[in-house]
This record gives sequence, structure tokens and C-alpha cells, in this order.
Amino acid sequence: MTIIERPSTEVAIAGAVPVGVKPSEALGVFKRPAASSSWRDWVVTVDHKKLGIMYGVAAFVFFLIGGVEALLIRLQLIAPDGKVLNADQYNQMFTMHATTMVFLFVMPMAAAFANYFVPLQIGARDVAFPRINAFGFWCFLFGGLFLNSSWFLGGGADGGWFMYAPNSSTLFSPSHGVDFWTLGLQITGIASLTGAINLIVTILNMRAPGMKMMRMPIFTWMVLVTQFLLLFAIPVITVALFLLTFQRSFDATFFDVASGADPLLWQHLFWIFGHPEVYILILPSFGIISEVIPVFSKKPLFGYPVVAMSGAAIGFVGWGVWAHHMFASGLGPVSVTVFSMSTMAIAVPTGVKIVNWIMTMWGGKLTFAVPMLFAIGLVTQFTIGGLSGVTHAVAPSDTQQTDTYYIVAHFHYVLFGGAVFGLFAGFYYWWPKMFGRQLSESIGKWNFWLMVIGMNMTFGPMHILGLQGQPRRMFVWTEARAGEGLFNFGFWNRISSIGSFILSIGILLFIINIFYTHKMKKGALASNDPWDARTLEWMTDSPPKEHNFDVIPQINHLDEFFHRKYEQDSATHSVTQVHSADEVMAELNAHPDEHIHMPSRSYWPILLALSLPVIGYGLIYNRMLMAVGVAMVLLTMFGWAMEPATSPDEDFDPPESGDTHAKELVPHG
Amino acid sequence: MAESAIAHDHGVSHGAHASSTGLSNNKMGMWMFLGSECLLFGGLISTYMLYRGRVSSGPQPNNIFDIPFTSVSSFILLMSSLTMVLAVSSAQRKDDRNTNLWLTITALLGATFVGGQVYEFTAFYREGLGFTTSLFGSSFYALTGFHGVHVSVGIIMLMALVGMNRNNRIPGDKAEVVELIGLYWHFVDIIWIIIFTLVYLIPS
Repeated sequence: MTIIERPSTEVAIAGAVPVGVKPSEALGVFKRPAASSSWRDWVVTVDHKKLGIMYGVAAFVFFLIGGVEALLIRLQLIAPDGKVLNADQYNQMFTMHATTMVFLFVMPMAAAFANYFVPLQIGARDVAFPRINAFGFWCFLFGGLFLNSSWFLGGGADGGWFMYAPNSSTLFSPSHGVDFWTLGLQITGIASLTGAINLIVTILNMRAPGMKMMRMPIFTWMVLVTQFLLLFAIPVITVALFLLTFQRSFDATFFDVASGADPLLWQHLFWIFGHPEVYILILPSFGIISEVIPVFSKKPLFGYPVVAMSGAAIGFVGWGVWAHHMFASGLGPVSVTVFSMSTMAIAVPTGVKIVNWIMTMWGGKLTFAVPMLFAIGLVTQFTIGGLSGVTHAVAPSDTQQTDTYYIVAHFHYVLFGGAVFGLFAGFYYWWPKMFGRQLSESIGKWNFWLMVIGMNMTFGPMHILGLQGQPRRMFVWTEARAGEGLFNFGFWNRISSIGSFILSIGILLFIINIFYTHKMKKGALASNDPWDARTLEWMTDSPPKEHNFDVIPQINHLDEFFHRKYEQDSATHSVTQVHSADEVMAELNAHPDEHIHMPSRSYWPILLALSLPVIGYGLIYNRMLMAVGVAMVLLTMFGWAMEPATSPDEDFDPPESGDTHAKELVPHG
Repeated sequence: MAESAIAHDHGVSHGAHASSTGLSNNKMGMWMFLGSECLLFGGLISTYMLYRGRVSSGPQPNNIFDIPFTSVSSFILLMSSLTMVLAVSSAQRKDDRNTNLWLTITALLGATFVGGQVYEFTAFYREGLGFTTSLFGSSFYALTGFHGVHVSVGIIMLMALVGMNRNNRIPGDKAEVVELIGLYWHFVDIIWIIIFTLVYLIPS
């Protein structure tokens, strides 16, 4: 039995009656929320695992919304003279599809995994700033809802996801869509920034004893690189969004070409953010499959330090390639040459990673479970996307490809075939740890194969369409101009649209799999270590207890859990299992820590986050409402500042034994 | 928005083992935040440098700046860094009275600077430089305005700190909280040195 000290009715879960628990009233304005098993607990929680699940659920809902938007786009293009959407609706649809998928699905889904698994992988009990973590989640959720509320308030943003100015000025985009877009992204930007600070400090500062940087799991490494990219990229988009807001709401002149403005200013600011952003999207997935491939190959990751450092190299070089998005804008030969070469250079560390994954599988005992299938899917599909990416690095060829479907093909291969496949590998790999049940392998295999076939049918033909010259944002095509033979627009557009529905069925199967596993209780109960894995997050219960580990383990190796289970014969290099996972855990937990203080729940994160959309609506509709929002921000920040993150010792009643060090002791588990 | 939240967050000492780097979570968090802020001002300064010569209508930068006046207000802001150091030093000696005194003086010096900025903006506006007048006007007010908002947020944090200190309601390590606000305050001062040099002193 482990003992947790907390001023809460935590025991509601365990079914016992709390004794002498007194939530803090001494500090803060509100009575501190106590734990409960109802939905309220999710609103006030600061637990990194609950927040991770909330990130995941919210991001998946946005994924479905973005998916419906994509299907509408493909329905419009399935036949000549499409009537599903008009030109204006089509513009809104592709803008919101891209914005939703980038900012409201891939980024927060990566944040979901990072939140849930980074503390577990480094042997910590929570993140460095639990309340800021909760605040980040609520900012993301409210920012995303705010952005999508534009659909009901005059239509979504319509300037494309990079929203080039001056095309996004009130003259060319008179609805409030762009205002919702700038302010919504500003709010989700706060989520990313606070999340970045939180995770960087967690990773650098809260590692278990002995967990040196070069003993950290690769997923944690990639999250660290990603968060540094976010830390420095988000403020740049913040500036760009502010300038655009000032332009649209306060008549500033930043992008007013008539007063001499430089239209390239927005492009530079956007892509200085935007290119690191693509690595922000892909690196967490690289991290996930770098965990999955070794486990299902029964081999350690080939060249661990090289994989970690090539991730860091991508992080650095990622700052020097942004202008390759602007080759067609007339930058001049020197800039084009420099950015062309740096873009070719960044393919090197990416290629290094691909080599490392293949070498990890080489000669391994491969098991093709669903997580492994998705991981291999990433390696193959991302490589295709990476190769078409190299063709963009060649500036003359890129000038031909700019704003055609070839670009659309490229970034869907790297983002869908790369980032999304990695996330699905993560779903199947970590599901048993998070929810205690195994997802069905047979449905999972259908899920995987339909997604692979669907994505290649959807995005593969786009290479041909693009090279034939179909513009990226063309909302309708006509039979008369579709061309003939193999390069007929109509044929390939139809294939692509049919593919998108196959892809959707694949994703639908994932949802069916969840229902099958949990609602119908068909999924097998997961053991603590169902995959015979290598890293710390498997060295705890499935699902993990609230304090993660009864004892913080001492780390002596990279892949610590593996080394506790297996021993290598130094002469023959053969590896034999000496302990089962349960034996390792029983040994570790023989003497559980007795005094574990977990951070206390709080109302302030959700209240502070809630005041941000109020400012947003105020800015668009009514300046008085904006003043109310600002007042709410100030008040909630004061309330937050007054409240200690962990309730002070006075809030714990002394135990009956009279031991003054141990306060209220609540039996748990 | 996040700054005071970070400055006041003390979720660390309990429940976790000692930090791996020896630096406290709060301090490292503040440094990360300030690193991020560099890019925010970097973007704004770049925008200003691009646009400062572009005056389609209204006054030119060289004709409008009152360098002696702004030098005095810059000096006042720099002096507030000195008083901030004294506040941190008093806090480390657990001298509550002097901590509050120096924090208040720092806030007053900051408020004087912001007052000077308000006066300067009003004067510029009377001379015909509005936010929408020209690219120079938009980018000048955006850059210095963002800095002014940062100083104002700093003043709010200083005053909140004094209030909380008087009522003994600062959770956790008090000296460190003062030091964190100090880090923010010095950062905002350093940014002003850069802005003052690039915007006012170097002629366009």
C-alpha cells in the first residue's frame, strides 16, 4: 500500500471514507477543489495523465472536423463543375482544414503524448508546472472552439493556412473569419508556449536520479527538441498575428502596399515560424516510432546518440530554410541559392534517421503488430514525401511546382504519411498503458491497410495532377480543359477522391476499434508490459497510478527497464531474460515512498483560459466586452498567484499517530 | 500573460526529487520564457527597422524624436534596475521592510517611464504621427507600445508582490520570487536599451 499525502477526497476512487480532510481556504479566493470521481475532477485536474487524455480526445475531435472538411473538398473535385461548395466556401474549407489539422490536431496530439509519457519516461511524478499545464490545455481547447465558432458567425477564414498579407486584409477578406483565425491562433499559441516552457523544464530538471541526457528515451529527446522549436517559433507568429490584427482591427498600415508596405514581411515572419513548425509536427512522430521499432525488432535502437543528435540537428538547421517556401517570390539569386543549399542539407539528418530505423530492423526478430505496421508505414511513406521534398529544394524545379498539387502531394506524404502515421503508431503502442486494454489487432490491421491504400490513392495522383499544372487552390475543373489519356485531370481527381473515402473508412475503423475494445469489452486486459518494452513508462501499472511510481527508480542504463529484465553475456553477446516485468516491478515497489505530495487541483487554469476568448470576441464585436476579458485575466492571475501550487502543510490534518512529518495520510490503491 | 503565472508557480519542491540541473524549476522556466520573449521583440524590431524609413505621409523619425527627453526617461528606467537589485538583495537578507521599499521605488520609477512614454506618444500624436499615419508610425507605436505594455505588466507584478509580501501571502521561497520578477524587469530594461539605440539614436 502506498500512501499519498493530499488534502483531497481522493479515496472516493478507492471507495473508502476520507478522514479529516480539509481543502485549503486560507489562501486563494476560492475554496480549493477537492477530488471527486465526477466530470468536475477533469475540469480542475492538474494531473499530467488526465490532461494528456484530454488533449488527445479534444485533438481527435478536431481531427474528425478537419477530416470532414477534407472530404468536402474532395467531393467538390470528384466530378467536373462541382456543385458541393461555391468558390467562397471552398476557400474557407481548405483554410480551415489546414489550420485545424496543423494547429488543432497534430500539434495537440503530440502534446497529448508528450504530457502523458514524458514524465513517465523520465521517472517523474508530474510535470514542472502542473497548473500551467492545465492552463495550456484549456487555452488550446478554448482557442480551437473560438476559431471554429467562426463557422456560425459569418464564415471561416479564407486566406489559406499561411494567410498571406495583403490578401488577408479587410479589403479582400471582409468577413470576420480572418479575425477569428488570428485571435484563435494567438490563444492556441499561448498553449504551445506555456507547454514548451513546462516540458523543457520538466525534461531538463525532473529526471530520475541517474537519468543522464544520453539515457533519456528517444521520444523524450524529440519532445525536447520540439519544445525548443516551439519556444522560439511561437513568438514570431505571435508578432505576425498581432500585426495582422492591428491591420484589420485598428487600421494600421503594416501590409498596406499603397503606403509602401513590403508584402514579403508577412511571408518572412510566417515562414520563420512556419518552417520550424513542420519539424514541430514531425519530430514527435519520429520519437514515437524510434520507441516502437526497437521494441518490435527485439533490438536496441541502432545508433541512439546519432538519432538523438540528428533530431537536434534538424532543430537547428530547421531555422535556416524558411525562404524555400518563397522561391517564387523574387528573393534574388543569392537568397535562393543559400536557402536551396540549406534545404538540401536538412535532408541529411532526416536521411540519417531513416537509415537508423532500417538498421534497427535489420537482423531483428520482427513482430508485425499494429504499432510496428504504422511505424514501418511512416518510414516508407515519409521517405516518399521526403524525396519529393528534395525536388523542392532545387529552386528551378520548385518554381515550376509552386502552388500546384505537387506541393499538396508532398506535404500530405510527410504530414499524413509521416506525422499522422507516427501518432497512430503511438495510439496502438501506448493504448494498453493508458487505458489498461489492448486494442484489437485484427481491426487494427484493417485500419492500417485501409489508411495506407487510402492515402496513396488520395495523395499519390496529386503528384501527377501537380506536374500537369493543376493549381493548388482550384475550386472547380471542367471536362473541356481536363486533358486526355493518362494525364486526364478528371481521372486522377476521381481516383484521389475515392481514395479519400477509403482513408476515412480506415480512420473510422480506429473509432470502431475503441468501441469494440472498451464498450463491448472485447479487448484483452493489458498486462503492465504487453510488448516486452524497454523504457520506464512500462515499469508501472496499466493504467499508471496517479503518482506514477511508488518508488522513483535509480537509472543506470539507457533502456533501463530492458536492462532490469535482461542480462547480456559479455562473451557471447547473447541476451537472456533474468526477470519478468512483474518481478522487476515487485522488487522496485517492495518499499514504496511514504510521503508523496502531489500537486493540488485548481480552478484558476480553466478560469484564466476562459477569459482569453472573451477578449477575442470583445476585439471583434464590442470593445467593452474586451475590457471585461482583460479584467477577468487580471483577477484570475491574482487568484492564481495567491494560491500555492501544492497546498501548504497546514491544510493537512496531522495523523493520529502524532507524527508531525507525515500529515494527512490517505490510503490509496 | 504567462509571466506572472510562471513567476508565482511553486509546484516544485513537493512531490518531486531535487532538480537534475541544480537550477530551480521556476528560475529555469523564467529563463525559457525570457528566451522566447527575445524572439517576440526580435520580430517587432525587425519590422520597425524595415519600415522606419517608409514615411508616405506625416513626420519623419528624425524630426519628431526628442532625444534629451527620452534620454532622461531611459535613465530613469535604467535606475529602476539598480533599485530592483537592491530589492532582491534585501529579500535575500530576509529584510521585508527594505524589500517592500525598494520594490515600491522600482515600480514608481517604472511608472515614471511609462508616464513619459504616454506623454511622448501624446506629443507625437499632436505633431501628426498617428498609429495609422505611415508605416513608420505603425511600426514605431507597435514596438514601443509592446515594450510599454511589458513595463506596465512588470509594475503590476511589483505592486502585487509588495501587497502579497505585506500580508505574508507569498507562497514558497520569497527571495526567489523577488529574484524572478527581477529577471523579468532587467530583461525589459535591456530590451529598452536596444530599442533606444536602434530607434532613437541611430538616424535613419
